[in-house]
Amino acid sequence: MFRPAFAVAFAMLAASAGSATAFEIVSAGIALKDHRFDPQELQVPAGKRILLKVDNQDATPEEFESHELKVEKVIPGGSTGTVRFGPLDPGRYPFFGEFNESTAQGVVVAE
Amino acid sequence: MIGAFIIVLREVIEAGLIVGIVLAATRGVAGRGRWIGIGVLGGLGGAGVVAIFAGAISDAFEGSGQELLNACVLLVAVAMLAWHNAWMARHGRELAAEVRKVGRAVSAGDKPLTALAVVCGIAVLREGSEVVLFLYGIAASGTTGMALLIGGLLGVLGGVVVTGFSYLGLLTVPQRYIFSVTGVLITLLAAGMAAQAVFYLDQAGYLTVLGKTVWDTSAFLPQSSLLGIVLHTLVGYSDRPSAMQLVAYVATVLIMVALMRIAAPPRRMIAVGG
Repeated sequence: MFRPAFAVAFAMLAASAGSATAFEIVSAGIALKDHRFDPQELQVPAGKRILLKVDNQDATPEEFESHELKVEKVIPGGSTGTVRFGPLDPGRYPFFGEFNESTAQGVVVAE
Repeated sequence: MIGAFIIVLREVIEAGLIVGIVLAATRGVAGRGRWIGIGVLGGLGGAGVVAIFAGAISDAFEGSGQELLNACVLLVAVAMLAWHNAWMARHGRELAAEVRKVGRAVSAGDKPLTALAVVCGIAVLREGSEVVLFLYGIAASGTTGMALLIGGLLGVLGGVVVTGFSYLGLLTVPQRYIFSVTGVLITLLAAGMAAQAVFYLDQAGYLTVLGKTVWDTSAFLPQSSLLGIVLHTLVGYSDRPSAMQLVAYVATVLIMVALMRIAAPPRRMIAVGG
C-alpha cells in the first residue's frame, strides 16, 4: 500500500526537478532602523527567486517574518541577514519585524 | 507588556507541548525525570549559545546558516522520534503491562530515553534561542524595558503551564492506551517537524522543488494564532504548505509506520487475557 504513494511522490519530484533550476535570482536590499523598514514598500519582479539582504542597523535583534512570503529569520543587531523567497505571483506580500511588530511593518510588491 | 507576553508565549508553547508529550510517553519509566531534565537544561544552554553566536550562524553558508541549523536539528529530532516509536513498537506492550502490574516506575532497560532527551533539548533550543534574543533586545533597549521584560518572563511561565496541562491532559488517558496515544502523537509530531525542515531548506535555497503553495487557509485558521500554533506543533498544521512539505509529511508518517511494523515482535498465538 505504500508503493503508489511513493511512486506519486517521486513522479512529482522528477517532474518539477527540471523546471526548478530555471529560476532567475534577483537581489534586493532593505534596511531596518529605529525598528522601521526602509523602504517600507519594496518592488520586486514576479516569477523570480528573490534574494533579499536585510540590513539591521539597530542595536537590537529583529526577526524578519512574513507568513505570505513564508520567511522567518532572526537578524542580530548591527548585522545583515539574507532571506530568500519566491518565485512570487504578482501581488502584495506584507512582512514585519516580529520583535517590534507595532512599527516594523512593510510590504513586498511583486509585479 | 502584553505584546512581549504573547511573543514569548508563542515560542515557548511549542517547546512546552513537546516536553508534555514526551513526559506522557515515558510515564511510569524510571529515570525519565533525570533524562528529560538533562534534555531541557541542555536545550536552554544550547539556546544561549545559539543566541550568542546568532550573527556568525546567520552569516554561515552564504547567509543560510540559521535555516540550515534549524533544518538539521529538526531532522535529528525526527530521527530520534522514529527511533523511539520503533523501540516502543517492540517493547511497549511488555512495558505497559509491567507498569500496570507493579503500579510504579519500571526500569526500562535499554529504552532510548536519551532519544527523547535529545528531542526535548532540540525543542527548547529552537524556541529558546529566539526568546533569549528577544529578551536580550528588550533588556538592551533600556527605558521601557522593565514592563516588557516582565511580560516576556510571564510568557515563559505560560509555556511551563502549557507543558503541565498537556501532560496532565494526556494523563487522563488510561495507562492501557497511553503508549498507543503517545505513539500516534509522536508520529504526527515528527511528520510536522519534517515538513518544517522542508520549509527551512526551501528558505535556504537548498530545496526549492515543489515549492508551490497547495492551499491557503490563513484567513480561516492562521498559523500564527494560538490554536494555529498548537495544531502546528501537534499535527504539523500549516496554513500555506508547499507541495514538498506535504510530500515530506506523508513520507515521514509512512516511513515511521513501516519502521514500527518491522520492529514489532511477531504476534504470538496466545490469547491475551483481558
